Amino acid sequence: MRDILILKGRIVSRLKLLALLPLAAVLGGCNFVVMAPAGDIAAQQRDLVVISTVLMLLIVIPVMALTVWFAWRYRHSNDAAKYDPDWDHSTGLELVIWSAPLAIIICLGAITWMGTHLLDPYRSLDRIAANRPIDRDKAPLEVNVVALDWKWLFIYPEYGVASLNELAAPVDRPINFRITASSVMNSFYIPALAGQIYAMPGMETKLHAVVNHAGKYRGFSANYSGAGFSGMHFAFHGLDDAGFEQWIARTKASSNVLGRTEYLVLEKPSANEPPRGFGTVDADLYRAILNMCVEPGKMCMSEMMSIDAKGGLGLAGLNNTLPLAYDKYARRGTALGPEPSFVAGTCTIDEPQGRIAAQVRESTPLLGAGLKRPSAPFTPLGSSTSLLFGSPSKSQS
Amino acid sequence: MLTNPDIVKAIFGRLTLESLPLHEPIVVLTFVAVAIGGAVMVAGLTYFKLWGYLWREWFTTVDHKRIGIMYMILGIVMLLRGFADAVMMRLQQAMAFGGSEGYLNAHHYDQVFTAHGVIMIFFVAMPLVTGLMNYVVPLQIGARDVSFPFLNNFSFWMTTAGAVLVMISLFVGEFARTGWLAYPPLSNIGYSPDVGVDYYIWALQVAGVGTTLSGVNLICTIVKLRAPGMTMMRMPIFTWTSLCTNILIVASFPVLTVVLALLTLDRYVGTNFFTNDFGGNPMMYVNLIWIWGHPEVYILILPAFGIFSEVTSTFSGKRLFGYTSMVYATVVITILSYLVWLHHFFTMGSGASVNSFFGITTMIISIPTGAKMFNWLFTMYRGRIRYDLPMMWTIAFMLTFVIGGMTGVLLAVPPADFVLHNSLFLVAHFHNVIIGGVVFGAFAGIAYWFPKAFGFKLDVFWGKVSFWCWVVGFYFAFMPLYVLGLMGVTRRLRVFDDPSLQIWFIIAGFGAFLVAVGIAAFLIQIAVSVMRREQLRDVTGDPWNGRTLEWATSSPPPDYNFAFTPMVRDTDAWWDMKRAGYQRPLEGFKPIHMPSNTGTGIILAGLSTVMAFGLIWYIWWLAALSFIALLAVAIGHTFNYHRDFHIPADEVVRVEDERTRLLAAGAKP
Repeated sequence: MRDILILKGRIVSRLKLLALLPLAAVLGGCNFVVMAPAGDIAAQQRDLVVISTVLMLLIVIPVMALTVWFAWRYRHSNDAAKYDPDWDHSTGLELVIWSAPLAIIICLGAITWMGTHLLDPYRSLDRIAANRPIDRDKAPLEVNVVALDWKWLFIYPEYGVASLNELAAPVDRPINFRITASSVMNSFYIPALAGQIYAMPGMETKLHAVVNHAGKYRGFSANYSGAGFSGMHFAFHGLDDAGFEQWIARTKASSNVLGRTEYLVLEKPSANEPPRGFGTVDADLYRAILNMCVEPGKMCMSEMMSIDAKGGLGLAGLNNTLPLAYDKYARRGTALGPEPSFVAGTCTIDEPQGRIAAQVRESTPLLGAGLKRPSAPFTPLGSSTSLLFGSPSKSQS
Repeated sequence: MLTNPDIVKAIFGRLTLESLPLHEPIVVLTFVAVAIGGAVMVAGLTYFKLWGYLWREWFTTVDHKRIGIMYMILGIVMLLRGFADAVMMRLQQAMAFGGSEGYLNAHHYDQVFTAHGVIMIFFVAMPLVTGLMNYVVPLQIGARDVSFPFLNNFSFWMTTAGAVLVMISLFVGEFARTGWLAYPPLSNIGYSPDVGVDYYIWALQVAGVGTTLSGVNLICTIVKLRAPGMTMMRMPIFTWTSLCTNILIVASFPVLTVVLALLTLDRYVGTNFFTNDFGGNPMMYVNLIWIWGHPEVYILILPAFGIFSEVTSTFSGKRLFGYTSMVYATVVITILSYLVWLHHFFTMGSGASVNSFFGITTMIISIPTGAKMFNWLFTMYRGRIRYDLPMMWTIAFMLTFVIGGMTGVLLAVPPADFVLHNSLFLVAHFHNVIIGGVVFGAFAGIAYWFPKAFGFKLDVFWGKVSFWCWVVGFYFAFMPLYVLGLMGVTRRLRVFDDPSLQIWFIIAGFGAFLVAVGIAAFLIQIAVSVMRREQLRDVTGDPWNGRTLEWATSSPPPDYNFAFTPMVRDTDAWWDMKRAGYQRPLEGFKPIHMPSNTGTGIILAGLSTVMAFGLIWYIWWLAALSFIALLAVAIGHTFNYHRDFHIPADEVVRVEDERTRLLAAGAKP
């Protein structure tokens, strides 16, 4: 028994040495950004990676050691070892082999439950770093992120500027990202800052994060999105307050304008776009992108959902479409299906479509999670004859 | 006539001369090589007048043993294709640094990684696993064949038809550029208007028919055809894992069929299931495909677990430790595998409670898996372990798989997954479990059952070369990917700009080279074994001192498997028979009722291929015509009344006497 322990000890100490290897590599100059991030959220995620690994090693190392030891000890040529061909059951051992992994998984499960809730990307931050609670006076930085083919657009609603393939944020100020995409799925990921979250067209995901150390970091799409995917990365600058103000001022000074027309040009597929800023940005642009109604004449998703929540247009709605002239790449239909079309907006000259949509948006917030259901899911069609301009309270009650 | 574009379009759909990738030198060279190889093979078969033999004895066979062998050949052939894709990716990623674009453009590279994933899962791992189950299960339960022998033949050819479609896409048109699960909106008609995704859809649909039917067949076989005395709790573990795997197949493949059908409707008739607008929801596709996709992982690994159980017990010369808990572990894994699919997309924004639920269910799976690991360990404990090839693969598996299992549980912690999802860490993880589990298991199974199938053992020297190259190559190829994942490198990238990463890709490329040597050594091993078959001959039918019923009959087994159905009294039925001094019956043979061969399976699968080709290229007349032909042949087959025959008692006597003679001759020296 003693030499078992010695052997085990030896193996464990060797494995410990092995565990140091990655550390040696870090010292050697490799950039293990996931293991040494610059943001508090990513740091906590890193901690979970380490804690879970250590917990599992508690069982993995003995298993590996036992495998090697049994494989050696009970080799065919070793006549000294006991041979017991009919031994196939032991209640005690069975209890151990089921309960040992169970115990580890109970610990890991508890950590998972807590960690998942605490590090939910939708949750607002409550600290800037360990032992540094959040400063309630300092408003978080709002950034609207749009994944385009194949570049990233960042809109700063607070400052009225936008930047392409370049993102900047002040150190220690919480950042609230709202993320969407123009055409296909992407994943918004800055390893130094925080874990990733998908960017999906017509939908919004959120990420709350903070950067603690100034520096230039790498951000990219972590979900394959087509031919230009490899070039779909950007620089993330963590700047001090003065530096950030400068960056904003510099961007503001740019003569580039980003309105709906410019956006429609920008969103056409292109790869490896150089970073650039936009000094003037349409304040309503992000909402229009999210609701997929940047193209003139298209009905916004929020408007459509609001109509549907009140019972929908019924069969009449089928007539409210127009042939589609352009859809990101080209006008494209299916081989056997109808011509491609889109739902026409119900705007008037007095009521530009943005307004109505902006009003109805209040009643049905467009969210990835926690989407509110209409109170009466099967509201009869009859009640929605004057859907847009009728009083919503009647049909909803 | 051919100048009128409408007529040309009606005849050829969207197939034009430009569809042939003549401008891609790599593809052209591959085509030339394949064409020459194919021509040599066809000429050889014709010269040696083997076509008739192949048709009569193999293509139309309904014998589960031959179908199993054909599955294995399909798997190995497709492994070469899938591995060629892997080498191309490794080469590209090792080269494309510092402004270099590598040697593959995006159009080509994106097809390569998609094809690699699709081929390795559907046309390598699945055929290898199905082949082993097909071969071994009826023998292990003492049956003459599977429940539905014709269906078995049909299933095999449908799987092959899917593989053929993927191979055609290499030379006619292109394959999907979407990743192996073809997430919409990218895979929808708006962003992938070309034939690639249609090849993907129809290859999987055609092969899926085969897989599902083969699942039905094997479940029925295991439930209904066990030898008398073999209660459920006396079934060999491999049969148990096969049963669970086939239940998983039957319950999950219809989901794949439906989700692909919905995508097909989106692409062909303009529905909006997964589009961005008109109420479509791509997230629904992601959920549905993983509701199939996660059980699929267990479909592959469970039979491998079964193989390792058989091998550990046999080569330790000992009963399997904890048979009952092994069975329950398998069943628990089967059930739980349906409750974890969301862990493939924690990052889609489901919310913390949903994510933690799926994270924890995923971790729970590691408990029965851990129990299995311990069961193998304690099977070795107090054993007499012989290190033949199957056991070597098993030890390599045990050491490798725990690492993959550990990283898997790590990825099941949602916040950890947020930083590692879609990274090379993830790629390393699933290769760790699929190569370390399924591939090592398939090689263990091949080395273990090869002597049963062919009557001679595999050459040990080349087997060891292959083993060491595979195992060492695996670690070289995938440990750097774990490291790269921790450095925040994501998957499916074609070019890199950080030069410090290159060294890791070069190491990984070296690993891929070692694996290539391992594959070559495996092929050499088979060739050498065939040449040295007289030295490697085993006449006993039981070369490993086996424990289960497949070792009770001759190697290769006669067409009818067992002249008399064995009686089972214990879990390790053959071990028990040997110990009880079992005497082979030498007389009293009766005629044996057997199913007849039929060409319907291969014809139906051929017509399905043509129909799929017509649908892919919008050649509607061809699709319609082959569909009608498909129905006609299927209905016609129901009028075939010559579907069985009896092996005369004289013939059985002759075969059994021959075995008696060989056994006596083998016992003498």
